[in-house]
Amino acid sequence: MRIELVKRQQRSALFSALSPFIALALTILAGAILFAFLGKNPATALYYYFVDPLLETWSLHELAIKSAPLILIAVGLSICFLSNNWNIGAEGQFIMGAVVGSMLPVMFPEFQYWFVLPLMLVMGIAGGAAYAAIPAFLKVRFNTNEILTSLMLVYVAQLFLDWLVRGPWRNPAGFNFPETVRFHAHAILPEILPASGRAHWGFVFALIAAVALWFILSRTLTGFEVKVMGQSPRAGRFAGFSRPKLIFFAFLLSGGLAGLAGISEVSGAMGQLRPVISPGYGFTAIIVAFLGRLNPLGIVAAGLVLGLTYLGGEAAQISLGVSDKVARVFQGMLLFFVLGCDTLIHYRVRFIGSPAQKPVEEA
Amino acid sequence: MTQGRDLLEVRGLTKIFGRLKACDGIDLTIEKGEIHALLGENGAGKSTLVKMLFGSLEPNSGEILWKGEPVAVTSPSVARKLGIGMVFQHFSLFEALTAAENILLSLDRRIGVGEIAEKARELSRAYGLPLDPHALVGDLSVGERQRIEIIRCLLQEPELIILDEPTSVLTPQEAEKLFETLERLRSEGKSILYISHRLEEVKRLCDRATVLRHGKVVGHCDPRKETASSLARMMVGNEVQSVVHEPVDVSETREALLEVRGLNRQAATPFSIPLRGVSLVVHAGEVIGIAGVAGNGQGEFFEAVSGEALQAEADVVKLRGKDAGRLDISGRRLLGAAFVPEERLGHGAAPRMRLSENLLLSRFRTDAKAFLAGGRLIRAGTLAETSKRIVKEMDVRKSAEDPEAAALSGGNLQKFIVGRELDRRPSIMVVNQPTWGVDAGAAARIRQALIDLAASGSAVLVISQDLDELFEISDAIAVMHDGKLSAPIPIAEATYEKIGLLMGGADASSPASLGEEVA
Repeated sequence: MRIELVKRQQRSALFSALSPFIALALTILAGAILFAFLGKNPATALYYYFVDPLLETWSLHELAIKSAPLILIAVGLSICFLSNNWNIGAEGQFIMGAVVGSMLPVMFPEFQYWFVLPLMLVMGIAGGAAYAAIPAFLKVRFNTNEILTSLMLVYVAQLFLDWLVRGPWRNPAGFNFPETVRFHAHAILPEILPASGRAHWGFVFALIAAVALWFILSRTLTGFEVKVMGQSPRAGRFAGFSRPKLIFFAFLLSGGLAGLAGISEVSGAMGQLRPVISPGYGFTAIIVAFLGRLNPLGIVAAGLVLGLTYLGGEAAQISLGVSDKVARVFQGMLLFFVLGCDTLIHYRVRFIGSPAQKPVEEA
Repeated sequence: MTQGRDLLEVRGLTKIFGRLKACDGIDLTIEKGEIHALLGENGAGKSTLVKMLFGSLEPNSGEILWKGEPVAVTSPSVARKLGIGMVFQHFSLFEALTAAENILLSLDRRIGVGEIAEKARELSRAYGLPLDPHALVGDLSVGERQRIEIIRCLLQEPELIILDEPTSVLTPQEAEKLFETLERLRSEGKSILYISHRLEEVKRLCDRATVLRHGKVVGHCDPRKETASSLARMMVGNEVQSVVHEPVDVSETREALLEVRGLNRQAATPFSIPLRGVSLVVHAGEVIGIAGVAGNGQGEFFEAVSGEALQAEADVVKLRGKDAGRLDISGRRLLGAAFVPEERLGHGAAPRMRLSENLLLSRFRTDAKAFLAGGRLIRAGTLAETSKRIVKEMDVRKSAEDPEAAALSGGNLQKFIVGRELDRRPSIMVVNQPTWGVDAGAAARIRQALIDLAASGSAVLVISQDLDELFEISDAIAVMHDGKLSAPIPIAEATYEKIGLLMGGADASSPASLGEEVA
């Protein structure tokens, strides 16, 4: 027997809109089964995972901290994915943004003025964009596959950061821990509402970026160009749009936003560089982008949901004693169900029996 | 008993896509040893019907009887086992393999290449289909490729052969050879279902005809007893308005608006055609046609003229007297040129975008002031108004206020795309296959619009495989063969034979001597 995917003549508009919610429901259902197999009461487990973190102000702040980088990266990725540029290396661009932005407080700790922070943010953007320019250049010049190059550059960035904090940038007064010096006061991204929790301005940047990109995508010629080139490159060429220019635009924009997310995370939530500064934000943001239907406003909602899976993972570890890797499992299931739902909206499954069903008499 | 003579009978065959009844209760019988024509406009349901007969589509209701027995044709391999063979309009051949290897790939049995080549050679001799089984498909002409498909089909020893628009890629002379082959097959008692919208060849070849319109059978007839216009009436449902064209004398001196001189282009891929020294001038007020069998460099030529591919030298292409060889497509549009490519969906229009957005596609530079605020912000209101105006002007039929391009039928989308460019009043218009797959009514409208544009003083260049169309609208016809372009022949001196010979590769440099030979 053979299984075939047959393209549907018409897609259901209703199910297209419902798809992310169906995927979410299926993820929770699968999560319940998972917890049951782990010997936990699924209802309590899901409560600790998805509801408990939303009940206290401080943990809402934590949610904002976790969601900010996801949203920032994912809105940039949405431009990439819509224009058919598969930037999988946002994790690396996040790290390089953090590294380049941290140069000022780490290498010149005496340089303390009010404009250090804005300068760091700009440098963070530039660092992420420059790192994303590498796969863009390779794609334009040599037609290399950007999925591979951008992904491989993630590992380069991770190891580069690891080397920095263990080597030249290690805090001399840090008891040999692999960490840089703590950033001085002018290099710290302030909290939004210091009275109630730790959430920093990174979350505001994320909201501004989402609204700005939503506007660009839906109202401007640039957004039109992105969509045309992504849907039908030949029609884009007929329109007179330049493919190399758009490749660079998409990569530089998404790299810059990932870099901004990186420097915001380091200067806002951490206050120093460590060997590992991201729990995989750059990869999780890919899920966020698709769960948000590649629509920047949808991505804000999706970013909050995925941010919750990180928080829930931590909560579940504390309250239930399960591994915090459960968070990754939930994220993986979510992506699986989103893509699965989308596939079934566009295609229907057909089972085909063995070819000799009806005997045919030879003439 | 007639029962014994019917090879295939179809009763009430129906296929529904969404809300569209593509085939609605089709009845059809094909007798042994007849050539049966299936006539209909584009979108009448011919392809859907044939796909059900060949097992690529499953009918919603109705039955198929093969030699009087009901059968379920669930897949093409079932159809082949029954004895139904098909030659598709679009070939499925691997260009990097030889003819024999291609045939081998389609067989269920395992046989050596040598044996296949021998069999293919036998068949090609027996049916007058000259073919070298060891030639690479990439090197073969379209006519030769079709012969591979036919031989591949004959190797299965079918009793019914379905041919889908087989002459659309052939020169008139090649088509005549194909007809002889088909007549030989008929004399051996094989049946042929011949799908076409070309009325003359149906009258020439077929014993009976079934006419489809909007998914329904509107009549059976003997095409030999009908006239071309009575058949057309059955297909279209009413009289098609004929195109009014007063040819202009191309020898008079007028302003040259489009000039191409010595255009050479390397083949971009191993299987595309290099252009070799193509030269052409289109003056104000003229419609110049470029005839040619598909795949002789027309697509490459269009890309070079439109600026999707740039030239090395700026003066190879001149628009309104200005060097344009180094300008991209937007730059050439700004000089007053407009372009309509062959492929509608995915080239001339983005399928998933609305009509108003597709309006922006080719006009965001030339109409930046009207369509964009501050050069970047899209004015959706103006776009919607303009697109409404074009829809009205070209009589585009659509189901929603501003539907996605893919939701329109081919003919209506083409009317919109042509209207989008005409709406700019371009001084140079270059169109590739203006009415390919477009129904007769829409085709007449598009042709008339092109003639009217030329009459208003613009230069119009039409690339087409449809000779009837070119004779209808052109003031002169040039022929493209193997990347070379012949001198244009004024319409008063052009004949089908002359053009056909040039399409087949006769010496393009001396059309005059050729004319004497034919006369």
